[in-house]
Amino acid sequence: METFIQQVLAGIATGGIYACMALAVVMIYQAIHHLNFAQGEMAMFSTFIAWQLLQWGIPYWLAFGLTIVISLIGGYVLERSVFKPIHNAPVLSHIVIFIALFAIFNSLAGFIWDFTIKPFPSPFGNAPLFGGGLIGGHQAGMIIITLVVLLILFAFFRYTRVGLAMRAAAANPESAKLVGIRVGVMTGLGWGMASAVGAVAGILIAPVVFLEPNMMLSILLYGFAGAVLGGLSSPGGAVLGGFTVGVVENLAGTYIPVVGAELKLPIALFLIVAVLVFKPTGLFGQRVVQRV
Amino acid sequence: MTVQQEEVSAVEARQEQQARSVSAATISSLVVLAALVLCPFFISGFQTFQLNLMLIYAIAIMGLNLLTGFNGQFSLGHGAFYAIGAYTAAILIDTFGVSYVWTLPAAGVICFVSGFLFGLPALRLEGVYLALATFALAVATPQMLKLSILEHWTGGVQGIVIRKPKAPFDLPLSQDQWLYFFTLFVGLLLYWAARNMVKSRSGRAIMAIRDNPLAARSMGVNVALYKSLTFGVSALFTGIAGALGAIVIQFVAPDSFTFVLSVALLVGLVVGGVGWLPGAIVGGAFIVFVPNIAEEISKGLSGAMYGLMLILLIYVMPTGAGGLIRTVTDRLTRR
Amino acid sequence: MSATLKVRNLEASYGAFKVLHGLDFDIAEGSVTTLLGANGAGKTTTLRALCGMIRRSGTIEYEGRSIANMKTEDIVRLGVAHVPEGRGTFTSLTVEENLRLGAMTRSAGDGISGDIDRIFAFFPRLKERASQQAGTLSGGEQQMLAIGRALMLRPKLMLLDEPSFGLAPLIVKEVFAILADIRENMGVSMLLVEQNASLALELADQAYLIETGSIALSGPAAEIRDDESVRASYLGY
Repeated sequence: METFIQQVLAGIATGGIYACMALAVVMIYQAIHHLNFAQGEMAMFSTFIAWQLLQWGIPYWLAFGLTIVISLIGGYVLERSVFKPIHNAPVLSHIVIFIALFAIFNSLAGFIWDFTIKPFPSPFGNAPLFGGGLIGGHQAGMIIITLVVLLILFAFFRYTRVGLAMRAAAANPESAKLVGIRVGVMTGLGWGMASAVGAVAGILIAPVVFLEPNMMLSILLYGFAGAVLGGLSSPGGAVLGGFTVGVVENLAGTYIPVVGAELKLPIALFLIVAVLVFKPTGLFGQRVVQRV
Repeated sequence: MTVQQEEVSAVEARQEQQARSVSAATISSLVVLAALVLCPFFISGFQTFQLNLMLIYAIAIMGLNLLTGFNGQFSLGHGAFYAIGAYTAAILIDTFGVSYVWTLPAAGVICFVSGFLFGLPALRLEGVYLALATFALAVATPQMLKLSILEHWTGGVQGIVIRKPKAPFDLPLSQDQWLYFFTLFVGLLLYWAARNMVKSRSGRAIMAIRDNPLAARSMGVNVALYKSLTFGVSALFTGIAGALGAIVIQFVAPDSFTFVLSVALLVGLVVGGVGWLPGAIVGGAFIVFVPNIAEEISKGLSGAMYGLMLILLIYVMPTGAGGLIRTVTDRLTRR
Repeated sequence: MSATLKVRNLEASYGAFKVLHGLDFDIAEGSVTTLLGANGAGKTTTLRALCGMIRRSGTIEYEGRSIANMKTEDIVRLGVAHVPEGRGTFTSLTVEENLRLGAMTRSAGDGISGDIDRIFAFFPRLKERASQQAGTLSGGEQQMLAIGRALMLRPKLMLLDEPSFGLAPLIVKEVFAILADIRENMGVSMLLVEQNASLALELADQAYLIETGSIALSGPAAEIRDDESVRASYLGY
């Protein structure tokens, strides 16, 4: 029983990472109805920008804020410049562009900052807090910031006009144009916000996994899994989904004999796929009711 | 002219147009085929090897195209079937001493079964969910291959080395040339099979499912069976490509089959043209040659160059080479 | 009366297929104009062309300025509200959010909440369902919501695409009574596309009859309504 609780706690700690990323995934999914495969690399790139700012001696929280702003603008510009010309192309062409962006960001980061592993500071320190040292200061801080971001997003979409316009543009682009919403701008804004949330995720994750161009590879996948588990439509569901993935991964590694430890990742993924087979809207996905 | 006459002549014109574009298509396929046959006699052994890889990837893409292009099911995990085919061939040759020729049907059968079985749960998944499930398969593949309990067969991280076969019957061909023609033969056979399948009754059912699953069901098509079967056939093609790849490269190891391979196949499919079988050659060429070109432009930024070229390509032809050719011929024949 | 909308030689096509072959019509300020015609005559296409939702050519003058090259969003900003075919409900959003979206182009303070109250007074049934997902509304309620959303723009011109479509006769009556009310009390000009010709002619001042993308007949609604032969050959009632 004690191991069980230990493993659940450890799962929650890593789950915090996935929850962050899942949140970013849901942000973009809401705006464009695709999973953006380049999102992890974009977050990694943002994290490198933060690292560079820190290297230049800018204080942590200022660098944090600056990185978010830069990522927001960067995401917006990226959408408006790369995706606008092909917004009528088929889905698969979009996926290929994501793959291209993946290659570009990865290669650029390696070129500018090289491929050596860099430590990244945490503002929360690493002192063990509770759970037998499994949840340290940074883990706790990460979880809190994730929840704060979630709260901000919730308020933004619920209570601001721009948030409402973004939801409308995503839900029904044609009708959105008919009420005067500039749908393209909203899509760009969605990209900007997703990339800003991704930047937060990257900065929080980097102290745990260390900074290098490939740091986001498997994390993005867990983020996808968390987001899908959460139903892809609700930011809250994504965060819960992220934690669930972390816990499932840890428990699979501990309790499944022989192959458990070696196949932690595939087992976690397959469990999630299995969940989807039986509940295709995800665990926390909301059903949109429609009468015709 | 009366309206009727006008209509008749319009139909005739259209038939003529079709006939013209059909003959143009035949001529261009013959030219491509001739080029493929003659090429190995004018290029180096290594270039022949690269060309061979292009054909192998083309076969794999053809398989993916049957699934995605004609049946509308996404797969970001076809590298897994490629790996299964490759390992089947390598294990049969290395452990059981089977001749390389017979590993192809074996790889095909095993991949068909795996694909069919994977296709069953995939029935319940659509769009992004299927993309995620197949992507998970791709990510899991190298880890499965490294599993210690399978090490006796797979050679673990080390992989399996196999020997390159010689040309039979004392043909005056180098090993590379012989394998190239072997692949070309298998590829043409599979292309012929794929074409016939697409044009057959089953092919129409498969495409009807893609276009409108509900309507297909109401016309009496067994959607579940056809979807799983298509998954199986698609895996069969890709698996045979994998077996050929193992024979030609003479080596299999888990890290040759990461998700990068699956992604490359998808890129090849889109670049060649979704739903257009001959596009596979273009896709195969892209997979083999474009990363090299990118590397030549800039060593440090080869990834970025690759990405840029990919984006430019999609701008020029958003629906791949197939779409581009369709637009061009449309314009030419309409005139 | 000056013309709110002046359309000359309007053409539009879907791909290579031409649907509108040069329409001419006017909408006088504060009046209701109706476009009648069979299924596939090009009525919906006309509305979509006016709003820039499809590629079109010709002259479209709205309050004296050309809108033929403007984007949908910009045309909406000038006060043209389109109640589209199928009602265009944002099904996943609440009723109130749908209404708020109608005022998206107005500045934030500008009496939006007051307007929402006014719409709710107009459509009490929407008020009851204010925080409900709009997708759960019945067809008639969604039609009212669409009209309400259009009114939130404080439009000068409303384009209505088959407001009676798929509704029970009683509800249709209700909707048309509301339209008449809007026209009386708010001075909004309307372009009404309808299959239900008798209802539309009841409401309209001016009528145009479209046949396969061209105007076959036009005149004051009252005249067309009273012309037996037109009714028999075009309107079928």
